[in-house]
Amino acid sequence: MRGLSLLGADAETDMAEPMKIRATLKGDLCDVRVLMVHPMETGLRKDSSGAVVPAHFIQEMTVKINGKLMVDGQISQAVSRNPVFSFRLKGVKAGDKLEIAWLDSKGERSQTEAAIA
Amino acid sequence: MSAMNPIRRTAIRAAAAFTAALVLPLRALAAWNKEAFQAKTAAEALKSLGIASSTESKDVVIDAPQIAENGAVVPIEITSNVPNTKSISIVIEKNPFPLTAKFDFAEGAVPFVKVNVKLGESSFVRVLAEAGGKFYSASKEVKVTIGGCGG
Repeated sequence: MRGLSLLGADAETDMAEPMKIRATLKGDLCDVRVLMVHPMETGLRKDSSGAVVPAHFIQEMTVKINGKLMVDGQISQAVSRNPVFSFRLKGVKAGDKLEIAWLDSKGERSQTEAAIA
Repeated sequence: MSAMNPIRRTAIRAAAAFTAALVLPLRALAAWNKEAFQAKTAAEALKSLGIASSTESKDVVIDAPQIAENGAVVPIEITSNVPNTKSISIVIEKNPFPLTAKFDFAEGAVPFVKVNVKLGESSFVRVLAEAGGKFYSASKEVKVTIGGCGG
């Protein structure tokens, strides 16, 4: 059990951890909820030794349906740690491909795909 | 007719295409607006976004808690009922960097977003919706018991 919980702690700081996406279709309206694993460091916080923790945060994010850009977002360090966003997309049907991507202040990126069920 | 040298023009066009080919795959369509996001006041941020004036509108709806116990995680839900809303910007007036987010919505995306944000202290949260080249705004005050930017 200890091994398992350590694995969980590692996964939480791993930048490559995929986003968690939940897409709920009601008619042709799709509720998209996404959780991105990211520290969202403001650059204003100090650690226990008093040293400033450098800024490190997601700056750009996109939501696409079947390759078409639907939401193009720019965000700041004031978005909470492990950001959670909800969006609503019209004209979506089962089987459509949902792609969500982000790019952070260090040039790190992540992309996750999901099929609308 | 342009008096520009056609060879030079072709060269410029080629250079522009080359630069675009290099840059585009690396970036989302709207590059992060550094000037606006690094602005220290709401007024500077709005200026950097090209928002010279806005009209208060009941069609811009902000759902946020009146009192947030933890400033590190404040859920904010925004809906613009202004027809043809193209973008929504969120400005937290008292934060060190007030501009918090800007979302551009293509046709088919509802001008709606829900996001968790940090408030360093109690502040007005101002939302600007862009439609037909004009900006419509709403504000809501959120009181914070414990700030979200310190430790």
